[in-house]
Amino acid sequence: MQGRRSPAIDSGAMETAAVEATDLVKRYGATTAVAGLTFSAARGAVTALLGPNGAGKTSTVETCEGFRRADAGRVRVLGMDPAADAAGLKPRVGVMLQSGGVPTGARAGEWLRLVASFHARPVPPEVLLERLGLLSAAATPFRRLSGGQQQRLCLAAAVVGRPELVFLDEPTAGLDPQARHATWDLVCELRDCGVGVVLTTHYMEEAERLADHVVIIDHGRAVAAGAPGELTDSRQELRFTAETDLDTASLGAALPAAARIERRGEPAERRGAAPRTDYAVTADAPEGIGPDLVATVSAWCAANGVSPEGLRVQRRSLEDVFLELTGRDLREQ
Amino acid sequence: MTEPRTSTASGLFTPAPGAAPPHRMVAAQAAMELRIMLRNGEQLLLTMVIPLLLLAGFSVTPVLDLGPGPRVDFLAPGVLALAVLSTAFTGQAIGTGFERRYGVLKRLGATPLPRGGLLAAKTLAVLGVQLVQIVLICATAAALGWSPRAGAWDIAYALLLVLLATACFTALALLMAGTLRAEATLAAANLVYVVLLGLGGVIFPVDRLPGAVQPVVEALPITALSQGLRAVLAEGAAPSPWPAVVLAAWAAVGAVLAARFFRWE
Repeated sequence: MQGRRSPAIDSGAMETAAVEATDLVKRYGATTAVAGLTFSAARGAVTALLGPNGAGKTSTVETCEGFRRADAGRVRVLGMDPAADAAGLKPRVGVMLQSGGVPTGARAGEWLRLVASFHARPVPPEVLLERLGLLSAAATPFRRLSGGQQQRLCLAAAVVGRPELVFLDEPTAGLDPQARHATWDLVCELRDCGVGVVLTTHYMEEAERLADHVVIIDHGRAVAAGAPGELTDSRQELRFTAETDLDTASLGAALPAAARIERRGEPAERRGAAPRTDYAVTADAPEGIGPDLVATVSAWCAANGVSPEGLRVQRRSLEDVFLELTGRDLREQ
Repeated sequence: MTEPRTSTASGLFTPAPGAAPPHRMVAAQAAMELRIMLRNGEQLLLTMVIPLLLLAGFSVTPVLDLGPGPRVDFLAPGVLALAVLSTAFTGQAIGTGFERRYGVLKRLGATPLPRGGLLAAKTLAVLGVQLVQIVLICATAAALGWSPRAGAWDIAYALLLVLLATACFTALALLMAGTLRAEATLAAANLVYVVLLGLGGVIFPVDRLPGAVQPVVEALPITALSQGLRAVLAEGAAPSPWPAVVLAAWAAVGAVLAARFFRWE
């Protein structure tokens, strides 16, 4: 497990990574927002920082962007220190804040042309407005744009300077499905053009669909990292439904040492019948759930008169992994 | 010749980073600031409408006792001072306060435009608005019979006072906008505008104020500007260093405090 948490750190001999954070700490007074976070993001790839609200995603991104200084640890962006080398990094890095950042009285096209004029070889603003469906809103002041239009304008401003790396802080929060897909398409196109993308999200689907590399963050730490497939494939589980008073201790004793049995979710009450519960057998073995384990569980069920309804081996979804790692409690923020 | 390419998606975002030359960044930012200021109705009320109404209204109606001589001779320099205050202080404080609140300063901080470039752009935009104000006020005053007895040196000195006052008011505006909440800045900046309109020798002569208050009022930058402009433009007096010294001192203190306490977020 330990090795997989920071895969790119130990393979860093090649080109410097787009972002490399080591033991990053960020505090606000007595609150610790980032508590020793280590992760890396490759150039020309999409990295998703996935975590619940308040996990420290924005603090992490804003430290990489040079807005905040780390209280401890080390951050390198394109091999440079974002605080000390800010002037050198700014032309090379695009930024989309979580909200706002545009004067309320500035017109959409005017703002994009302004940001373009700060760069030597920008993408033509009109092309970008058209790509993001903003051409008809080009003369509209920012305050009169819809929330989705505002988000897309901020996204356009982040990429108009043809940066090597962009930071997108919750780029699709609050967007309707069409706008979300337009944003996803743009992110994929950025990657295809060789632009590194670091985005924060709490949408599982977004991370699973877009990211080459996912870093799951909780309470200011990376709790897992890897390609979405890696994170889910190695976490197969055997699922079935049986009576709620199943003797899990007995089944657990029958399993090999690396495997565990656990309840999933609440018992389903049924009128006139014993309540039933979902169970999952998980294994820490690298091969996941092998045929032997299926046979062991089936044999135990046969010996104990249990009929395991819906017995199946499945890959866990990123959401399962996420919830398992970050817990099911509602967060305050 | 490369073969013509239809606008396929690929290649559009191929990284080609680089900052534009500084003068181009500053010019673009200044043009944006200027357009936003000239488009903002509430700001135009403070910067154009109220000064022109005061100038025209009190010039043609004998409501105020403004001493001997044509009333417009007293009013025009005061209204010019008010115009500088309205743009460099009130407008800048409110505008910058809300830019800070909406993350605009933060976002601009992530672009290649340096902070010094942003300050330069804001100053250029303020001077641009002031140019419009000065032209409108002088034309209106001339239409009301104003004929200042000022030579080239007097005018040069008046311009120096305007530049010093611009630096001073802008520094104080940034100090306010960079430390208070946007709503508090909005209220305080408007309050300062109204109070100084009454006290600062803009439309009421300072020598009518109670004797104990006069030295305090005369140390205010708005009074230094209005009295200084009035002395050279209306009374044809030789330029006195006093108003320039007062304005320079306020500008220096304001700049030091703003640099020390301004918070970008």
